[in-house]
Amino acid sequence: MQKYSVFSLIKNALTNHQNWDVVWRDPEPKKEYEAIIIGGGGHGLATAFYLAKYYNMKNIAILEKGWIGGGNVARNTTILRSNYMHDANSLFYDHGMQMWKDLSQELNYNVMYSPRGILNLAHSDAQLNAYARRGNSMRLNGIDVSLIGREEVKKMIPFADFTSNARFPIFGGLLQPIGGTARHDAVAWGYARAADDMGVDIIQHCEVNGFDIENGKLTGVQTSRGNIKTKKVGLCVAGSTSLLAEKLNMNLPMEAHVLQACVSEPVKPLLDGVVTFGAGHFYCSQSDKGEMVMGGDLDGYNSYAQRGNLPTIQHVLTEGVALFPNLSRLKILRTWGGVMDMSMDGSPIIDKTHIEGVYLNCGWCYGGFKATPVSGLTFAHTIANDTPHDLSIPFRLDRFNTGHLLDEKGLGTKTWIS
Amino acid sequence: MLEIRCPYCGNRSQNEFAYGGDATIKRPELNTEVTDQEWDNFVYYRKNPRGNHLELWHHISGCRQWFKVHRNTATHEILKTLEMKENL
Ligand SMILES: Cc1cc2nc3c(=O)[nH]c(=O)nc-3n(C[C@H](O)[C@H](O)[C@H](O)COP(=O)(O)OP(=O)(O)OC[C@H]3O[C@@H](n4cnc5c(N)ncnc54)[C@H](O)[C@@H]3O)c2cc1C
Ligand SMILES: [Zn+2]
Repeated sequence: MQKYSVFSLIKNALTNHQNWDVVWRDPEPKKEYEAIIIGGGGHGLATAFYLAKYYNMKNIAILEKGWIGGGNVARNTTILRSNYMHDANSLFYDHGMQMWKDLSQELNYNVMYSPRGILNLAHSDAQLNAYARRGNSMRLNGIDVSLIGREEVKKMIPFADFTSNARFPIFGGLLQPIGGTARHDAVAWGYARAADDMGVDIIQHCEVNGFDIENGKLTGVQTSRGNIKTKKVGLCVAGSTSLLAEKLNMNLPMEAHVLQACVSEPVKPLLDGVVTFGAGHFYCSQSDKGEMVMGGDLDGYNSYAQRGNLPTIQHVLTEGVALFPNLSRLKILRTWGGVMDMSMDGSPIIDKTHIEGVYLNCGWCYGGFKATPVSGLTFAHTIANDTPHDLSIPFRLDRFNTGHLLDEKGLGTKTWIS
Repeated sequence: MLEIRCPYCGNRSQNEFAYGGDATIKRPELNTEVTDQEWDNFVYYRKNPRGNHLELWHHISGCRQWFKVHRNTATHEILKTLEMKENL
């Protein structure tokens, strides 16, 4: 692999950028692999990279039905955080936050990791109390976070509605300074390039349609580009998980729902970190290009369409304007949607299955981007050792049978409400 | 925007309705032996099809009746709406 550095940039500038290497190869699928990862989103790419890096597996393929960076990995609003209350979630996601710090160096690819803080706003005393409780449990897990009052919030976002007319007055907020954003495509491309460099075959436009199973053991997968032999397969197909699980005769505690996001026309620097509205579901950050990046609720009914409907966008932006009245002057530039793998307790599933050699990574809901590195690491461990990583033991599938749910928001099984 | 035909009020905009999820899941019968697996299936496990899906909707800003909608989850096409007592 040609290493990216200031010297390679200068050298290539001198030859009009005509001599850069391709970023990853485009190989034909082989007859057989040691392990196959289905899905070339963030989680699939990271899993293959760590399998090659830490578990010494070199003969690996990623099979992607579309192209790298066409799924949720490049449709999300790029928020990174670990402000969870349950121990299992906070330890897992915070391990991920630590991994982001060095990711650009590890991949030799700038993922534009930007820890500029995430602020969850509270609009009542009760909500501030709830945040104090969450903040305390985060601190017990060693995660830096602080509860701040109205005046401090005002210094950070003076353009929010602090008038006496505000429909939902701001009481304060919970600030995680290490929260922030990273560049989503760069994460996909960076992992793809680094995995390819370690010998992983990235095979695009190759859809997995079925599995070959003999006596309860996996022997291969059936794809749109022929049958491929393998003894281990990891599913990282996000919103499509139930469809592949059906081919394995598995029913999952999961529903597919569409989540939308949108960006405004670009404006001068206005908002530094990430802000979430506490009286509804609206959050906002500003991209490097100047666009206000905004999101909120799911569309609210089962959907496999990678597009949503206008009422949700209208609803989300109404909340946005209630918080930041100056947003009302902006035009919306783009809206889009992605299919979420909504698990029944809102937490992910990383596990083996009842079929030897078949492994499952799913249920990321609308929060899987921040977990890309730690999901890849723990899933690689699970696949290589046929046993869960310490950090992902609580995310096993059998929690839906034993009752050890990880329902961070206490919403129950109405996935579309969350 | 979906246009949903409430069996009682006729075609109305999506904004008037609330969703109620998969209409095919059945609570285990009362006064029978129910295994843990049966309870788990009822509470957590879903078919989650890509294609036609029978689901519950509530005309919450209208007549406030619950009813069933047969809808395609990939195209959003609504094939049919039914009263709760009706079957496909
Ligand atoms: C609008 C929106 C906003 C979001 N905001 C955030 C956020 O701010 N922070 C955050 O942490 N998370 C966020 N998320 C969630 C996050 O994007 C996902 O949880 C995460 O990207 C899912 O993992 P992935 O990257 O591997 O998925 P994907 O990129 O979707 O990868 C799955 C891949 O599998 C492929 N595939 C499917 N079926 C097959 C098959 N049969 N054969 C071969 N390939 C197949 C698909 O084509 C796809 O490329 C958001 C999501 C959306 C849609
Ligand atoms: Zn009605």
